[in-house]
Amino acid sequence: MANVKTHTFDAVIVGAGGAGLMAALYASKSANVAVISKLYPTRSHTGAAQGGIGASLGNMEEDRWEWHAYDTVKGSDYLADQDAVDVLCKEAVDTVVELEHMGLPFDRYPNGKISQRRFGGHTNNETGQPVQRACHAADRTGHMILQTLYQQCIKNKVNFFDEFHVVDLIRVDDTVRGVVAIEISTGDFHVFHSKAVHFATGGWGRCWEVTSNAHSLTGDGAAICLRRGVPLEDMEFFQFHPTGIFRLGVLITEGVRGEGGVLINNEGERFMEKYAPTIKDLASRDVVSRAMFLEMQAGRGINGQNYIHLDIRPETVNHYFEEAGDPRRIDREYIEAKLPDIADFTRTYLGVDPVTEPMPVQPTAHYAMGGIPTDVDGRVLANVDGSKIDGLYAAGECACVSVHGANRLGTNSLVDLVVFGRRSGKHMAEYCNQADLLPLPDDPAGEVMAEFERLRNGSGGVKATELRSKMQKSMTANVGVFRTEETMSTAVADLKELIESYSRNIQIDDKGQKFNTDLLEAWELGCLLELAEVTAASALARPESRGGHARDDYQKRNDAEWLKHTFYFRTEDGGHRLDYKPVTLGRYEPKERVY
Amino acid sequence: MQVQMRIRRFNPEKDSVPWWGEYTVQDVRPNDSVLDVLHRVKWEQDGTLSLRRSCAHGVCGSDAMRINGANALACKTLVARLTKEGSNETKIQIEPILGMRVLKDLIVDMDPFFEHYRSVMPYFVNDSPVPENGRERLQSQEDRARFDDTTKCILCAACTSSCPSFWANEQYIGPAAIVQAHRFIFDSRDQAHNERLNVVGDTMGVWRCRTNFNCTNACPREIEVTKAIAEVKMALTSGEV
Repeated sequence: MANVKTHTFDAVIVGAGGAGLMAALYASKSANVAVISKLYPTRSHTGAAQGGIGASLGNMEEDRWEWHAYDTVKGSDYLADQDAVDVLCKEAVDTVVELEHMGLPFDRYPNGKISQRRFGGHTNNETGQPVQRACHAADRTGHMILQTLYQQCIKNKVNFFDEFHVVDLIRVDDTVRGVVAIEISTGDFHVFHSKAVHFATGGWGRCWEVTSNAHSLTGDGAAICLRRGVPLEDMEFFQFHPTGIFRLGVLITEGVRGEGGVLINNEGERFMEKYAPTIKDLASRDVVSRAMFLEMQAGRGINGQNYIHLDIRPETVNHYFEEAGDPRRIDREYIEAKLPDIADFTRTYLGVDPVTEPMPVQPTAHYAMGGIPTDVDGRVLANVDGSKIDGLYAAGECACVSVHGANRLGTNSLVDLVVFGRRSGKHMAEYCNQADLLPLPDDPAGEVMAEFERLRNGSGGVKATELRSKMQKSMTANVGVFRTEETMSTAVADLKELIESYSRNIQIDDKGQKFNTDLLEAWELGCLLELAEVTAASALARPESRGGHARDDYQKRNDAEWLKHTFYFRTEDGGHRLDYKPVTLGRYEPKERVY
Repeated sequence: MQVQMRIRRFNPEKDSVPWWGEYTVQDVRPNDSVLDVLHRVKWEQDGTLSLRRSCAHGVCGSDAMRINGANALACKTLVARLTKEGSNETKIQIEPILGMRVLKDLIVDMDPFFEHYRSVMPYFVNDSPVPENGRERLQSQEDRARFDDTTKCILCAACTSSCPSFWANEQYIGPAAIVQAHRFIFDSRDQAHNERLNVVGDTMGVWRCRTNFNCTNACPREIEVTKAIAEVKMALTSGEV
């Protein structure tokens, strides 16, 4: 048995992507904070975000935060809480400016201001036309946000525990006492004793077969919270981004369409004109993914296969600009300057030069709208009545505020990270200043250490890869872009079987202590299986279509009965119960969603 | 197709010296990446094989390694590129990057690398008041373009661990740290040029560079690393940025 070491801090932040680092910068101003990440911080998946961060700076044309709010609410299919959306969109402006003041190298307009591009679902509310709102650094905006925040953390001497894998939350009643982590390089267990714990661990796209998500996005924080009695909110809403590279799932930013790119089917038709007559290819992601799916189902995928062409060739784009009376024109240089990484990805992985050939794309599992329920200060909710767990915080993709509702608008994930990372960091620092350090329970690491011993010594002969692959296939086939009672029931049954096999028969090869990634991957698989089951069960219980949850057997949204958030609770016996919380409405009354 | 993998292995809990592991992987698609093949070895044949990886598309910087003798990211190197045209099989040799202590298999000790990185003040410094209107500082497109290339760095260490000067002396801060310094030295908004130039102009700084271009060839982000180093040298000699 490995040693257990104990550390004491005011607060620990789990995860070092955009939300974790922003929270760290703010919390560290007055509290003693540790940031714990299973990766080196700069490996975090915030760095893969491409197209931009939305903020109504209005640098090139009129824009208002209220328009951004309306677009976000409409994009969410009216499931977002409108008070939280107001906070998101109002503070977006200020946080983007703050990022610039931290040195973030945004692209610039000729007048020296931050450059903004069009993005899906972002509109001028008066004309309904796309508005330039996505502030960007070429097509590596997330990379620049991650780098800039990490740089500022170095400047401000934030404490990091790199390559420490958090595997448990120490919770006593409605308080937290810290976390348990494994030091990956030694295999030693560490207890971080603290007044507050902040999860910023990102999403769980690895539940699906084709995903834009990193291998490390295994939903650890959400799964840990669930196991410690925290509910998970709106888990049935998972976003499929329309444009992943065919088969690989690697993201091709919506910015491609923001710069004029169009989706074309096998008949050479710009089919989004049928599905979203006003903003066409720049409709919300759920709308575009469904349209692509329907086109492919009708046999209009390219060469009858499951992909569509995304076309940014200057001759195509300029043709449509001309047709629409849009004065813009693009050329090779423009594409290379504005979309260099996209060009690199398609050249590397497909041998396709986007300047001369269209890119084969298909919907890819991308983003969890649901997650650990929080208020606008990142405080984690214990129940649908809004009661809190003292000292527990979450922000970023692992959290559900809810600002994304049933479908997130492009660019709003980055806004979410910095706005709610900042708010939760500030709030947590204040909390630490007035809260006492409560004592640790006896043997705080014992339970999770026992689970690791079980995984290490399992002898059932079933490999993690087998279970992972079955889970991903079932989730893709049954809880994907379209769902029915039958498919979701199949997924629930599949997952029950896989979880059973996981808990009885999993066997790993590496019995050692140091860098035992075999063991850690097996543990991560347990998180994925659990979240896949939560997703399928939450989805099965919602008999309507809304945002990312599209059902063939219930094709309409049902506001009378289902304008509410799902809360999934793990029960003592290992089963679950569902409860529901009303949506907070505001200025925008739910109405039919047309783009 | 079939891939014959030859992988440099070392388990500190078992091995006194490194050894070569040989693995045959069937049904590989030519456009699978080397990372995909390494995963197949790990997941299907030998779970003890240890490596770092995350994003799997060349933006997180976790999986730099020596692939057939040259530094690259495993996730950005396709098997097809390591296969003779028309052939249905290939051999791929994988080793950890050089110049850093091997901790286990393909995992090396990155702490000294990040130590060098932190030494160049890799963060924005501007203590003057922000604009009174509460908005962004302005920057011309030309000024922004001046340091665009070096903002792409993902700290994968492919450059530094390909550099003979770094192999010769691990105290040399190396190309990656200089790239990071360049990103700030040539940013018109930054005010710490002089302090940073002092660091990179030190005996363990840019003058150890012998311009052999290994770093530029190794960079998976296609940063012109050697050029960036040359620009820093110019700034040091001319006193102008």
